[in-house]
Amino acid sequence: MSATLMFYILGAIAVIATLLAITRRNPVHAVIYLVNSFFALALLFYLLGAPLVAAWEVIIYAGAIMVLFLFIIMMLELAPGGETDRYGPNWVKWVPILLLAGALGACTLLLTSLDPTTADGVPRWYASPRDFGYALFKEYALAVEIVSFQLLFAAVGAFYVGKPESKRKGRGGEA
Amino acid sequence: MIVPLEHLLILSTTLFFLGLVCVLVRRNLIMILIGVEVMLNAVGLTLVGASSFWQQLDGQIMVIFLMAMTSAEVSISLAMVVYLNRRKQSIDIRSFDEMRG
Repeated sequence: MSATLMFYILGAIAVIATLLAITRRNPVHAVIYLVNSFFALALLFYLLGAPLVAAWEVIIYAGAIMVLFLFIIMMLELAPGGETDRYGPNWVKWVPILLLAGALGACTLLLTSLDPTTADGVPRWYASPRDFGYALFKEYALAVEIVSFQLLFAAVGAFYVGKPESKRKGRGGEA
Repeated sequence: MIVPLEHLLILSTTLFFLGLVCVLVRRNLIMILIGVEVMLNAVGLTLVGASSFWQQLDGQIMVIFLMAMTSAEVSISLAMVVYLNRRKQSIDIRSFDEMRG
């Protein structure tokens, strides 16, 4: 199996999973399909020579951000209830997600048997984490500092917005 | 580069428009945020593809900044969702079409 063929398979998985995600009525189902789509994108990043970005895609997007979404959905009880699984789970509804996850698992296994060279015999280009770190912290050191400030502001902003209005102080006007 | 750049751009454009349609059509705040996530990921795919095409690292570094930006955006917007839900007991965007004034 060549990397080119795998690119098209993973692209199809990503598009199908995204399409299913944006049409779901239940936000929890949407998040689960979106995690599938992000895994497919992570494998695409790996194929395109970005192993570190692929790992971060799984850790940050599929891990942290999607768990945050699930947390908020469950905290606010936004998922529609009512459908009880009294007679056991409805397996038909599980078919698309199981198919997508199975295809992704098969692709992950096939990646290990992938030929690391291109058609003309040279090894495929990829950015090693070492090169990546040097470029990030030497050429882009100022941008890293700015991004760290941005994350701090985001944390402060989220904390302020999330507080009950009655507890807010130090702000002009009626609030 | 394992595929022509055009095919990669077609894929990322498709994903971007799926996210855009989700933002424009859905009326659930959570689904709108999910659409934004899809769009940002499509942009990331374009950046990684360009990085692979020119064999330069800068595209991948841009993706890292994109991820940092996304996590900041998601934390603030989910806090906004909690705040809006507390005010109107709903996350349907049609409940937020009036100003307080």
